[in-house]
Amino acid sequence: MTALAETVWVELCPLESIAREQGVAALLPDGTQVAVFRTHDDAVYALGNQDPFSGAWVLSRGILGDIAGVPVVASPMHKQHFDLRTGVCVDDETVSVPTYPVRVVDATILLGQT
Amino acid sequence: MARTLVVVGNGMVGHRLVQALRDRDAAGAWRVVVFAEEARPAYDRVALTSYVDTWNPLALQLDGAEFDGDDRVELNLGDAVVGIDRQARTVTTASGRVQAYDTLALATGSAPFVPPVKGSDLPGCHVYRTIDDLDAIRDTAERARTGLGRGAAMVVGGGLLGLEAAKALRDMGLSPHVVEFAPRLMPLQVDEGGGALLKRLIEELDVTVHAGTTATVIEEDRGRLIAKLTNGVELDLDLVVFSAGIRPRDQLARAAGLTVGERGGIVVDSGCRTSDPHVYAIGECANLDGKVYGLVAPGYAMAEIVADRILGGAATFPGADMSTKLKLMGVDVASFGDAHATEEGALEVVFNDAVKGTYRKLVVSNDAKTLLGGILVGDANDYATLRPMVGRPLPGDPGALLAPAGGSGGGVGVGALPDEAQICSCNAVSKGDISEAIVVGGCDDVTKLKACTKAGTSCGSCVPMLKQLLTVCGVEQSKALCEHFDQSRAELFEIVRVTGITTFSDLIGKHGSGRGCDICKPAVASILASLGNGHILAGEQASLQDTNDRFLANIQRNGTYSVVPRIPGGEITPEKLMVIAQVAQDYGLYTKITGGQRIDLFGATVDQLPGIWKRLVDAGFESGHAYGKALRTVKSCVGSTWCRYGVQDSVGLAVELELRYRGLRSPHKLKSAVSGCARECAEARGKDFGVIATENGWNLYVGGNGGMMPRHADLLVSEVDKETLLKVIDRFLMFYIRTADRLQRTSTWLDAMEGGLDHLRDVVVEDSLGLCAELEAQMAEHVKGYADEWAGVLADPEKLARFTSFVNAPGTPDPTITFREERGQRVPVLLGTPEVIAR
Ligand SMILES: Cc1cc2nc3c(=O)[nH]c(=O)nc-3n(C[C@H](O)[C@H](O)[C@H](O)COP(=O)(O)OP(=O)(O)OC[C@H]3O[C@@H](n4cnc5c(N)ncnc54)[C@H](O)[C@@H]3O)c2cc1C
Repeated sequence: MTALAETVWVELCPLESIAREQGVAALLPDGTQVAVFRTHDDAVYALGNQDPFSGAWVLSRGILGDIAGVPVVASPMHKQHFDLRTGVCVDDETVSVPTYPVRVVDATILLGQT
Repeated sequence: MARTLVVVGNGMVGHRLVQALRDRDAAGAWRVVVFAEEARPAYDRVALTSYVDTWNPLALQLDGAEFDGDDRVELNLGDAVVGIDRQARTVTTASGRVQAYDTLALATGSAPFVPPVKGSDLPGCHVYRTIDDLDAIRDTAERARTGLGRGAAMVVGGGLLGLEAAKALRDMGLSPHVVEFAPRLMPLQVDEGGGALLKRLIEELDVTVHAGTTATVIEEDRGRLIAKLTNGVELDLDLVVFSAGIRPRDQLARAAGLTVGERGGIVVDSGCRTSDPHVYAIGECANLDGKVYGLVAPGYAMAEIVADRILGGAATFPGADMSTKLKLMGVDVASFGDAHATEEGALEVVFNDAVKGTYRKLVVSNDAKTLLGGILVGDANDYATLRPMVGRPLPGDPGALLAPAGGSGGGVGVGALPDEAQICSCNAVSKGDISEAIVVGGCDDVTKLKACTKAGTSCGSCVPMLKQLLTVCGVEQSKALCEHFDQSRAELFEIVRVTGITTFSDLIGKHGSGRGCDICKPAVASILASLGNGHILAGEQASLQDTNDRFLANIQRNGTYSVVPRIPGGEITPEKLMVIAQVAQDYGLYTKITGGQRIDLFGATVDQLPGIWKRLVDAGFESGHAYGKALRTVKSCVGSTWCRYGVQDSVGLAVELELRYRGLRSPHKLKSAVSGCARECAEARGKDFGVIATENGWNLYVGGNGGMMPRHADLLVSEVDKETLLKVIDRFLMFYIRTADRLQRTSTWLDAMEGGLDHLRDVVVEDSLGLCAELEAQMAEHVKGYADEWAGVLADPEKLARFTSFVNAPGTPDPTITFREERGQRVPVLLGTPEVIAR
């Protein structure tokens, strides 16, 4: 039988359309909003774009950095930090945002969907 | 039924009694009727001399002086009590009113003593006690000014008040002569050595001191006054001020048969009760333990005692600390404890530095083990550490305590003090109280300590000790900006300024660790911008900015932004108003007038911002920096152009200030205002820097704040011309930008500054650190380098490209943003927060 859970990789944008240590928002065909970040070492991460504390769809506009070595984005609303790798809120571990698989192929960012 | 307390006298102490009673009498058991001889609500007599800076009586008025909205207090201004009938328990007033009391409190204060000098009642002879006295002195001084040359004045009395009067006269443009009967100035507080230095320092300030002599006669001579001194000198004068001590105002009590002291003062017991159990006396009219206290703190203590007693308590007078520290015309003088070594066998250790102009003396017990008192002239920094040590074992050799290296008592820390030692003598706060607030109450900085204990809120001389105590109690006063930088913001500013580093990466690589965060990145971006590093979105800088700075607009709760074009001074043409209206209409933006006299347009999405700004910039608008930690607005009243009360063109100045400082990045936002007269319609004293017009120039106030922690701005310079004004503001702002912490408004910055307003004035007016030229040059750079940030974005396709909602679908509006209508405008539909995803 076909593998139902197979990951489909969707092309998002060229790596260069995200400046280093910044994020952008992407709109998926089903209306989902994803925040895609590019860190200083050109690693790319994707989280849900909605800030769970304020409800606003703004995480892509947060400042990137690290807290005790963990790469994070700070919500532009009230500055809670989310681990870019896991989506877990560093300031309140009971809260987290969804994460999405991403990879860079030929300088293009691909987002994985199951 | 409520009982009645009648208070005679509405001075500082009388007012404190009413306040204390009203604060504590929650049940409303007492009604208070106050009779005041003076015609204005209670004011800060201690600060009387500062009246000369503003001539605005309201600036001195005590908090809550009018008891507005409190129907339990009846305040009768300008109606003195003229008689007391203790049998009937009534008082009679000058206006003929008879008022019954259950309890009577006398707070009549004291009157200046005028020595028996012939001619002391001539016109032109004054005393120095009330606002009315100062108005009268001003009248005479102004008439003197119309004559030839500089007017001259004589102050009789070289004590604390006499020197204050001399300062006031000098500030009014007269040449003061101080005549003191004792062989030195301030004989009560300082000894011969200190007096000699004080005389020298005061004379350097154009005040002539005649010590060891007195005036015998004052004569009128063709509209002038001639005073003859016992040493043969004759002074040709425009006016005379008597300030030769005070006498308690006990006449009323005397006439009512209450016991008064041999040398005056209404005799009271330790509960402030007079010889009649229904009558209390407090403040400078009271005689307690044979003493009349001429300072406000003991008076306040008495007021609190009476409030307590009236409500059934048993408080008693704890004894008073007569220590004084003051700055007279910029000269520090402090005396504490047994300053004159009157105790049996007391020893004196003196350190007299004629070159530096400092005199320091400690009085110790005959075994040199206990500190008894001391005198500091010229530099009183150690007062705060030394005073609480009085009566306690010395931690070391007394000579070492005086070592000029000083700053903190020559190495003696506050740690050496016992818990009962009073740290803040103005508000009677002990070391124990403060330690408890830190350890138990969780106060971890000076601002919290001030709010919670009141320590350091009056004269501020103990603020350095509060800092030391925080350290002693183990509160790490870490100045580290965040986990990535050990340095404070001020230190980072210096590093960037001196090394010329221009990027965050470079700075964190050389002076920090890790990759940075939402604390250090915007802070460093702001430093880079203050020092002029091009557009705030240029290159790497864009990644450092908070979302507001990154999109040059203010984020709102639904993720949209608001837009505020600059409207300098709040002045705008109808044509420009129409442009704003048209843009708002076309984009469906909610519009609101801001408190800063401009217009805020809400509800723009990221991808709409460039289009909106293109139209605004084309019409001649520029960024209002409402999104930045930067100058916001300079608000103004309409000023002399239209207003029949205005004395200067406040709008013109506000526009000029706003254009001068626009775009200036700072540790926090900066607000300003200009009022065209003392009515202060622009509310300049609630701003970081505010200017108020006077007939002769401009008064500059700094450190004001509205918001959560309101603070009235302090007068920095008065009656200066515009050129001087700009210079001082340039320096003030740059000094703030250099030295403040991240997100520290000018108000808290000034509150936390060691030495407070005096220090600030020393630095930015007197140039004590030799910094002013540099600060001015830096501001000149800013003014020259200013460019509109929005015009900069519109001209740069790369920057413009960042203003898209979705990287993979440019032009698609964000579907989560929806609006509804309210009072005829669009407002956001609130977003639900997602269900929390548990791990
Ligand atoms: C220039 C100056 C500088 C000073 N500096 C300091 C300082 O640095 N530190 C310090 O601790 N102290 C200082 N003082 C002293 C301080 O001001 C007084 O200790 C304080 O004001 C005493 O308060 P009080 O209420 O007892 O008297 P006051 O403030 O004098 O008030 C008494 C009031 O009672 C009114 N009154 C009198 N008789 C009657 C009546 N029969 N009916 C109705 N009303 C009546 C008077 O008009 C007056 O308004 C200074 C004083 C002056 C003048």
